[in-house]
Order: sequence, then C-alpha cells, then structure tokens
Amino acid sequence: MKKVSLLKRYRSVLIMLFGYSILFFISSSLFEKAVDGSMRSLIELLIVVPPIFVLIGLLDVWVEREKMIKLMGPNSKGTGMFIAFLLGSVAAGPLYAAFPVAITLLKKGSSFRNVLVMLGAWSTTKIPMLMFEFSSMGTAFTITRFIINLFGILAIALISERVLSEQTMLSISEKYAEN
Amino acid sequence: MNQILYVVTFSLLGFSLLKSKTKTQLALKKAWKSFEAMLPQILTIILVIGIIVAALSPSQIAAIMGNESGMLGVLIASLIGAITLMPGFVAFPLAATLLNNGAGLPQIAAFISSLMMVGFVTLPLEIQHFGKKAALLRNGLAFVFSFVVAFIMGMVL
Repeated sequence: MKKVSLLKRYRSVLIMLFGYSILFFISSSLFEKAVDGSMRSLIELLIVVPPIFVLIGLLDVWVEREKMIKLMGPNSKGTGMFIAFLLGSVAAGPLYAAFPVAITLLKKGSSFRNVLVMLGAWSTTKIPMLMFEFSSMGTAFTITRFIINLFGILAIALISERVLSEQTMLSISEKYAEN
Repeated sequence: MNQILYVVTFSLLGFSLLKSKTKTQLALKKAWKSFEAMLPQILTIILVIGIIVAALSPSQIAAIMGNESGMLGVLIASLIGAITLMPGFVAFPLAATLLNNGAGLPQIAAFISSLMMVGFVTLPLEIQHFGKKAALLRNGLAFVFSFVVAFIMGMVL
C-alpha cells in the first residue's frame, strides 16, 4: 500500500487551523465561540468514539460470519431487525461512528435492511440521547418523537431497500464481504 | 453514560485478552486503523462546524424558526439541522434555549430530527462507505422525514 504523507492527509485540517488563526485577528469573540463549539465535538470524538472502534475491532475478530448471518442476515426476519434496532439504540457517539460499525456488520453477513435499521436507531433513538432529550425537552416531546421515529426508521429502511436495486445492495455488501 | 461504554469496552477487551492475545492485538490494530482513517475528515468537519455554529446566534435562529414562520420555518429549520453537526448534550439544551427564545415547536422538532438523521457535512464520508446512491437516498429520506416529524409533533403537542 502506498503511504500518503501525513501532511497531505491532514492538509484540510491545517487549512482550517489557519482559518481559525485568521478568525482570531478578525473577531476574537467569534473565534472564542467557534473554539468553544468545536472543543465540545472534539471531546466527543476523543472520549466517546475510541471505545466504539475498539468494540468494532473485537466484533470483527470474534464474531463468526455464520453467526452474524443467522442473527442479522437476509433470513433473520423480525429478530434481526430487533437486534439491529437494539444495537443502534444502546450505542453512543455521533452518527459518523456508526458507518464503520455498519460496514463491519455488512462484512459479517448482516442484511442491508438491518444495517439501515441500525443506522436509523443510532441516529435518532440512542438511549444516551433520549436522556438528554428528556431533561431538555420534557416527556411529551421525547415520547412523541420516539414513537414517530420507530415508524420513520422502519419506513426509511424498507423504502431504501425497495428503491436501491438488488444490484446496488449486492455491490455494497460484496465490497465488504470477507474472502 | 460514558462510564458504561468504557466499562463494557474494557470488560470485553479483558475477556478477549484472556482468550487470545494475538486476536486482541489484531482487534486493537483494526480499531486504530479505522479510527485514524477517519480522523482527518472528522477533524476538518468539526472545525468547519465550529465556525458555522458560532456565526449563528440563538436569538437569530429563533427568529427564523419562530412560531409564525410556518412551512418556510420548518424548511429552514431542517436545512440548518442538516448542515450542522453537534453532540446530543449540546443539541438538546440548544433546542430548549431556542424554544424559550420564541422558536416554534414543529420547527424545533424538524431541526432536531434532521440534525440527528441528516448529515450534510458527513455525506462524503457516508458516500465513501455506502456509495453515492445509498448515501443520498438515506439522507434524502431522513430529510423528508423531518417534515413528517414536524407536522405530527405540531398536531399532537
């Protein structure tokens, strides 16, 4: 594999840092707010995201493909969907951390529909998120939204499965399939 | 919440280590590799979003998404939600502040929904993983869904 230099890979980060230093001179109050905002996302990236990747690594190494196909494969029906929903809901961390999880599931033989359910749950019915929602927005808001989301997640997964041709889904799954 | 994540991760890691050292090493190597592969893009996204969010003040946003703003307000709320990216512990208190500043409930529901489900800035990353068609479709559907959420929340609450 050709090694791309570190400097080149992080070029856009450096450009942004340069942008921040310019911002500092233009408006120090805007700079402070921007730093404050990005620090919070940064903390999430450095504290919440790394354990998720460790879990992905463990899943990749320990869970056998046959097992995953049985649990979440194309013939797993409701059980597979339920597992996918649970998996996404107990998750922590931003949606972008769910992408590598999704890929690992696909690689292990999960169906595309179940991966979409997991992504949906991860994006919007995560339990840690619900806690924040309860405390900020109240019970009625949170529960109503949760119920709507259950249908939404399912609808998005089913519509995506129907719209994406068999071929597209296969090519995505095959891109990652082991062996 | 984070404590639970860490306890679970470390317990499983300990288990794994007891059963096989080489497999555990492999798992950690894979973990680091996929984390580091994402890092430059994520860092850039975080820095971009920091400036975008800083430029928008809560009272400004609340004015755009006000009670009277109607469908246009919902649309704008969804758009703002789609292009921004922030952790939940920031997003929900912000949503509550916006409500207190005069934003309408359906608009806030649309904002939260698309904030959580639609990722405009992470779209390139998603396309890398799932291909253009699947990524655009999921985000498109989620965007439309945020209107449904706004509509129902507006009726029910």
